[in-house]
Amino acid sequence: MINEIIKLIEPKKLEINFEQVDLPKEDVIVKPTYMSICAADQRYYQGKRKKEVLEKKLPLTLIHECIGEVLYDPKGEYKMGDRVVLIPNTPYQEDNIVKENYRRSSKFRSSNYAGFMQNMVYMRRDRIISIGNINPEIGSMLELMSVAVNGIENFKEKAHERRNTLAIWGDGSVAYVTALVLRAYFPEAKITVLGLHREKLSYFSFVDDVKTVDEVDKNFKVDHAFECVGGGGAESAIDQMIDCIEPQGTINLLGVSEDPPHINTRMVLEKGLTILGNSRSGYDDFKKSVDLLQSEQIQDYVENIICDRVEINALKDIYTAFDSDLNNNFKTVMKWNL
Amino acid sequence: MNYGGILAGGVGKRMGRSDLPKQFLMLGDKPILIHTVEQFLISGDIDKIIIAVPQNWRTYSEDLIKKYCPSEKIDVINGGITRNDTILNICNHIKEKYGSKSDDVIVTHDSVRPFITQRIIKDNVEACKIADAVDTVIPAYDTIVEAKDNDVISNIPVRDYMYLGQTPQSFKVDTFIKVYGSLSDEEKDILTDACKMFVIKEKKVKIINGESYNMKITTPYDLKMASLMLGVENKND
Repeated sequence: MINEIIKLIEPKKLEINFEQVDLPKEDVIVKPTYMSICAADQRYYQGKRKKEVLEKKLPLTLIHECIGEVLYDPKGEYKMGDRVVLIPNTPYQEDNIVKENYRRSSKFRSSNYAGFMQNMVYMRRDRIISIGNINPEIGSMLELMSVAVNGIENFKEKAHERRNTLAIWGDGSVAYVTALVLRAYFPEAKITVLGLHREKLSYFSFVDDVKTVDEVDKNFKVDHAFECVGGGGAESAIDQMIDCIEPQGTINLLGVSEDPPHINTRMVLEKGLTILGNSRSGYDDFKKSVDLLQSEQIQDYVENIICDRVEINALKDIYTAFDSDLNNNFKTVMKWNL
Repeated sequence: MNYGGILAGGVGKRMGRSDLPKQFLMLGDKPILIHTVEQFLISGDIDKIIIAVPQNWRTYSEDLIKKYCPSEKIDVINGGITRNDTILNICNHIKEKYGSKSDDVIVTHDSVRPFITQRIIKDNVEACKIADAVDTVIPAYDTIVEAKDNDVISNIPVRDYMYLGQTPQSFKVDTFIKVYGSLSDEEKDILTDACKMFVIKEKKVKIINGESYNMKITTPYDLKMASLMLGVENKND
């Protein structure tokens, strides 16, 4: 049969491509139903990656945050219509030490592997997880949650045991979901969120305190810090984190920066800090995220950051969705009717 | 139950020198018919698929199904002389083999439109629940010109209301049999389009959006175009 695949062929220019496919013997065919736009997709779409990166990666099928419904399972383990979340990371080698999302041989959708903007997606069966009755629109946030879970699991494993005061720098979607997952993991900790925009900070109703970064004084101290800023603001955020953190704390990096930030290593050394890098997520992180989203309360919180909902019935609607996404505070969800 | 009715009864002569009916020509690695059938096969909205083929190509068609997509969901039957006869054969087959309930829907589709999508199939099934029949269309971007004597323009309709008909066309099984049965032989000769038959009989025919690329492969040019769209070599040359 024939599959339709939407590709970004140059910034702000999408095209439908066709591909002949066979009925699979192993893989499960999934019809995407809801997708959300990540800042990484937006950077490709706007052409804000470096020229050499764009030349290498385009044409590219965007979107790595997606849920869908099973269309066809040759083994009958899934029923037609079963709702599943699609895992964008695909590992190709086993490794007992290195997690699947850090293996250099793994492929990641909408980066070095086709993303989910397709009519139907062929998924390895270890790359989908049933989401049951989770509201599908909210379900499209599972990838974002899994990234936070990956970072927080890493933190749990490597940070020292004093976790009384935790702070998150950033007031965007990654910061919001990281704060939410931290709240679930550490209900007793005092959690503070530091950002630039008062309006965005007011969404974080479930944490103990919010501050704008210029409100931070020398008495503000935390055991561990999470950087969810990325981009040009990461450098000053990391600087402030180093100032505020207690000795031997961890700085957990989750923000993506195109240009490498300078880091005050003298103070990192003096305080004996540990910097933990976090990126993407794997099967276990998705599984834990699906479990977390069983809570209606958490679903409600996640739903609050869906700012725009765009029905995709034609190519032109995708342009609308990406444009809307530029002008809202948090997330844009596409209902994928193609 | 919802049925897919694949209309592969044609032995069209428009394809040029090829003697093989166009639905059996290769598009990439498999016959056009198979591309089409596979889309229906994986649709959660379709319970059974009935493929109507020319009588002398029935065994051949069964071999193709066995080779590419064997499934208990598929029946291969003989087509009729006209398009509507073929649909009637499919409806009668449904009634005989599966019995029929008043809300049973048949989604009929040209076998030579392999670019059909899951969305189009779903929209047909959904729309057929609230209408007597459903037609899949795309807006007419070119101006439609009518020339009744095939020589001089008699009318140029307002383009905003003009659409180009594709397939699927969908009907309630019982309603199709009833409407077709009510036609005189003369009407049957004229009403070659199933939806037109419903319109004439004052039934509600809902339109749903097709896709510009849901093209019908009728001529060698179409087949070349389809091969180009898929990025595959045209192996029929």
